Amino acid sequence: MKITEEQVRYVAGLANLQLTDAEVKRFEADLDEILTHIEKLNEIDTAGVEPMAQVLYAAGETATLREDIPAPPLGNRDALANAPRAGAGYFKVPKVIERS
Amino acid sequence: MQVSSLTIDRVRQGFDKREFSAVDLATEALRFAEAENGKTNAYLRFSPERALAAAKAVDEKRARGGNAGLLAGVPVAVKDVILTKGLTTTCGSRLLEHYIPPYDATAVVRLEQAGAVLIGKTNCDEFAMGSSNENSAFGPVRNPVAPDRVPGGSSGGSAAAVAQGTAVGALGSDTGGSIRQPASFCGVVGVTPTYGRVSRYGLTAFASSLDHIGSFARTVRDAALVLQVIAGRDPADATSADAPVPDYTVALNEDVAGLKLGLPREYLKSLTSETGGLIARGVAVLEKLGCEVREISLPATDYAVATYYIIATAEASSNLARYDGVRYTTRAEHADTLAEMYRSTRGEGFGAECKRRIMLGTYVLSHGYYDAYYLKAQKVRALIARDFAQAFETVDAIVAPVSPFPAFRLGEKIDDPLAMYLSDIYTITGDLAGIPCMSVPCGRTAEGLPVGMQILAKHFDESTMFRLAGAFEKAGGAD
Repeated sequence: MKITEEQVRYVAGLANLQLTDAEVKRFEADLDEILTHIEKLNEIDTAGVEPMAQVLYAAGETATLREDIPAPPLGNRDALANAPRAGAGYFKVPKVIERS
Repeated sequence: MQVSSLTIDRVRQGFDKREFSAVDLATEALRFAEAENGKTNAYLRFSPERALAAAKAVDEKRARGGNAGLLAGVPVAVKDVILTKGLTTTCGSRLLEHYIPPYDATAVVRLEQAGAVLIGKTNCDEFAMGSSNENSAFGPVRNPVAPDRVPGGSSGGSAAAVAQGTAVGALGSDTGGSIRQPASFCGVVGVTPTYGRVSRYGLTAFASSLDHIGSFARTVRDAALVLQVIAGRDPADATSADAPVPDYTVALNEDVAGLKLGLPREYLKSLTSETGGLIARGVAVLEKLGCEVREISLPATDYAVATYYIIATAEASSNLARYDGVRYTTRAEHADTLAEMYRSTRGEGFGAECKRRIMLGTYVLSHGYYDAYYLKAQKVRALIARDFAQAFETVDAIVAPVSPFPAFRLGEKIDDPLAMYLSDIYTITGDLAGIPCMSVPCGRTAEGLPVGMQILAKHFDESTMFRLAGAFEKAGGAD
């Protein structure tokens, strides 16, 4: 087995993902199968290969730099328009700190 | 007019000959799309007000003798992972069922500036994760060619909309094949340009180093024209390339005789016999046009699926962290603490495939596994890109299948995620390397299911790709 039920629950915690017991069971089996396939990568020699994080193409070193031109931001009202709960210009969430 | 038989050139001729106005066309396109939608579920919503306003502007501009743009009056559809200001954009997810974007994606801005008429938003796999469009929270899309079959994914709605003829062109997104595979399954042209060719500003992020916006159309020329309009540097996307965008229509008229084409042997191993036969026939058409075809080897291909499902899920687990119940419309009820709110919002909101990928991505990035999985995958990605770079030293383009098989039945693969992932084998390599690639129709199976042929070219060499696809289409390669 590549992954245990305990690990599945741990990873779900890291990802802030509430799973049902049935989902835990299902993902344990799915991830096990996928991770077994992924082991295939051990066959290929990558000694001395630089990792590729981005697609690189010929461009000047400062190709992604631009003039810093001030522009109006989205604005408070638009930014909050999709919030499930908002008030006084802020996103509202359940209480984080208890008042003593 | 019959919307399903229109091309971009036909639309312009229709205006010039005063057969119809842009408002007439938009009205008919909307009527037809709404009437057809019950058969495929290709559209999640229509945008009649926006479409008619755009059409009216085209008519007014033309009446004043002005240039109304390259896509003036052309009805287009946009995949629902691409933001449209004021028009609900769900990404196929319950989490964003009521999300109304405060801005337009750059690609949408450019389409509309060129006169295109947005008629609606198309269905897709949730957050573009899937190869069958069965992962949409709003029901699957049916393939217009064979309604018991999937249209492919994740841009299944855009492919189906173009195939059924309700839109002349459409935008999709491609992270591992999500434009080319549905184009192949539905029998239309689908283009994934070079990474950085089209701005990703306003494209909901799935895997940022792999995400592309691209075009669908029924002809190579139309797909090239849509790309023409949306391509080019955008200061709002730091990864968009500052490379000149050539006139793609020039390439469409160029001869292909003498072009050297590579046929990668690793792409011919696991095809169904009918797909293999159609690809062989397509290659023969190109040879007859004077192309020089030789077998090549891209040895790292066998490792592409494993590489992709590490990198894509790792990036996805990070990108999807933002759906936490704070900013994007949906929040689970009855959560007393912040942590509980995060967990239950995400647990209730994401569908099974998104959860599976968030889990895999979080796992491969977690402490102790990073080097073994993520770093290793990034190195293999470099080898996959190197394979292509070496091949392009001796060939001008690569020809390959898009998918090992034609459209499968709804439900056929949904319970076997690994089998579904493995079916992306021929399309994910192009995304990993960031090269331009497309699917062009190359005939149908005995059952009448479309099969697409893939053409891949060097970074920023979409012109050679269009040149080949255009000549192939003209030579009757799709018949």
